[in-house]
Amino acid sequence: MHWITLPIILPAMLGAVTVLALRHHLLLQRVFSTAGTVAVLAITLGLLWQANSGEITVYRLGNWDAPFGIVLVLDRLSALMLTLTAVLALGVQLYAIGSGWDGRGWHFHALFQFQLMGIYGAFLTGDAFNLFVFFEILLIASYGMMIHGGGRRRIRAGVQYVVYNLLGSTLFLFALGTIYAVTGTLNMADLAERVAQLPAEDTSLLRVGAALMLLVFAIKGAVLPLHFWLPETYAKAPAPVAALFAIMTKVGAYAILRVYTLVFGPEVEITADIAGTWLMPAALVTLAAGMIGILGADRLGRMAAFASIGSMGTLMIAIAPFTPEATAAALYYMIHSVLGSALLFLVVDLVRERRGADEDLVTRARPIAHLGLISALFFAAAITMAGMPPLSGFIGKILVMDAVRGEAAWPWIWAVILVTSLIAIVGFGRAGTTVFWKTDDTPREDELDTARTIEAPIGLPATVCFGFLGAIALVTVLSGPLTAYLQGTADQLYAPELYITAVDPQPAVVYDPASGTGKGGDH
Amino acid sequence: MELLIASAVGFLAAAGIYLVMRQRTFPVIIGVSLLSYSVNVFLFASGRLVINQPPLLSDSATGYTDPLPQALVLTAIVISFGMTAVVVMMALGAFLSSKNDHIDMTPEDGRDSPPEPKSRPDAPALHEREAEEGPEEGADPTAPGAVPSPEGAR
Repeated sequence: MHWITLPIILPAMLGAVTVLALRHHLLLQRVFSTAGTVAVLAITLGLLWQANSGEITVYRLGNWDAPFGIVLVLDRLSALMLTLTAVLALGVQLYAIGSGWDGRGWHFHALFQFQLMGIYGAFLTGDAFNLFVFFEILLIASYGMMIHGGGRRRIRAGVQYVVYNLLGSTLFLFALGTIYAVTGTLNMADLAERVAQLPAEDTSLLRVGAALMLLVFAIKGAVLPLHFWLPETYAKAPAPVAALFAIMTKVGAYAILRVYTLVFGPEVEITADIAGTWLMPAALVTLAAGMIGILGADRLGRMAAFASIGSMGTLMIAIAPFTPEATAAALYYMIHSVLGSALLFLVVDLVRERRGADEDLVTRARPIAHLGLISALFFAAAITMAGMPPLSGFIGKILVMDAVRGEAAWPWIWAVILVTSLIAIVGFGRAGTTVFWKTDDTPREDELDTARTIEAPIGLPATVCFGFLGAIALVTVLSGPLTAYLQGTADQLYAPELYITAVDPQPAVVYDPASGTGKGGDH
Repeated sequence: MELLIASAVGFLAAAGIYLVMRQRTFPVIIGVSLLSYSVNVFLFASGRLVINQPPLLSDSATGYTDPLPQALVLTAIVISFGMTAVVVMMALGAFLSSKNDHIDMTPEDGRDSPPEPKSRPDAPALHEREAEEGPEEGADPTAPGAVPSPEGAR
């Protein structure tokens, strides 16, 4: 019964123990941290199985009743996101160990566990302020991870990232304050009930709060025009960290899905026009900017970052209609996007590790070691991210296009998706041919040892990449059963009364902000 | 009092936003701090302004103030305090390693470090070196001294 708390508690304990007791033992850190990640993966699989029945599990911390205490809620969407995170985390961690990234700075494994704790918590919590707290936990761990290993440009990009996210956090607090001032609660189920009961004339403040929340989640999800933190951060972060960050933008997408189906759902008239109206144009611009960025990037790292912006755009296109069919497509695309982005970042790192001073610049350079293997992996990752058959990006895109056919602007949406796919293919093709085929063997004057090719560990890193590729293939092959499962998940999202009755079985107490007392209850 | 609180929140937020737009680390950090002060006062006011009333149950109380915003503000203060400490350390690290306190990134030649003549992987990792020399104060990746190590600076 307490299993639901373990994805939060276990990484928290492990992170603390790693800092306190295992500071100087990299091997022990690796063993314990990997064991913890595997254990959490097993737990999340169990939770996925538990949520599969459609039952919503509620865990009341300290056994306080719902609006007063904090609740953890496990429904199908939470369980899906937890499992996805756990799979990603295991791959990223093995890559970090195999490539030696975790030894290039301090506290990689501790920060990694704290970051996972924040992500798992954000997916599980049923309280809006608690969501803020878990956002901060995952952010503060990500600040440390982002500058792991140091370096001048990386730290400067890190400062930019931190400042941008501090502003986002401030905005989140303003949104929460506004919503609390209107409704008198921050428990999401309780919020949903009270928002539905608010009189129509008293809603301007609530609309401000709802719009601010959308802005905050758009910053997290790197939706244009709030994406500026992403390209430099992802391009400069250590590769395993960038791959783990693939789930962080999805935390924003998850929060949009959760809040704008449960609290400000499509049937709530006073806020119905906020998310629905603004998200779709922003998503289209995000997709276009991301894919054009792939074509324009001068470095493979930036290219991968823009590919992940583009995939966020497609994801948001599928979220914006707020219908169960479109949301099911969005969830499929989300799984694909997390795995594909992670694979691309790791493959880019395989290249960068072997090119020495040329780093990941898209220029003519000496052929790298393991050229055939790495170029094949890059090819597969590019196909995935560009949305070409036969991998999951293609199926995801078809599902998204099918889901938006009900929209009035569907020809425009289709046009943007298809044209940007072409741009992405050209961009990936240009970068791939330059880096892998237009190699240059003539010695340069500034190098003494002309026969040198840089060796870097290949065994475990390549295995992890093939693991991600296998997962993508699995998502593709099993797309039939998977979409059926995701349809059930989306249907559950659009039946918020299930969530509300699970969290708060008692009838609502209407809060009167003017007098500070509750009518019909002892609030 | 409503006017006082509202104008204080507004002035703090305006000053904070102005400073954040200065694009140099010191004003930006001060600006972010001012913004977080303004949001703290704002959160405090979100439970309505009540004077001289206890937040917790007591027998002599004639009325109550909302205790929840006070708890929220406390959490927000702790978080913003920690975040400010982190951003100060990172800004120091960025300034000391690049001698430049601009937040925005100028288009440089794009390389993290000058090309190194020798091959990299033979050099001992940070952990091994530190284990030999014993722990030293502040040898943390966020500390400015640990920043320009040749292994990591890529």
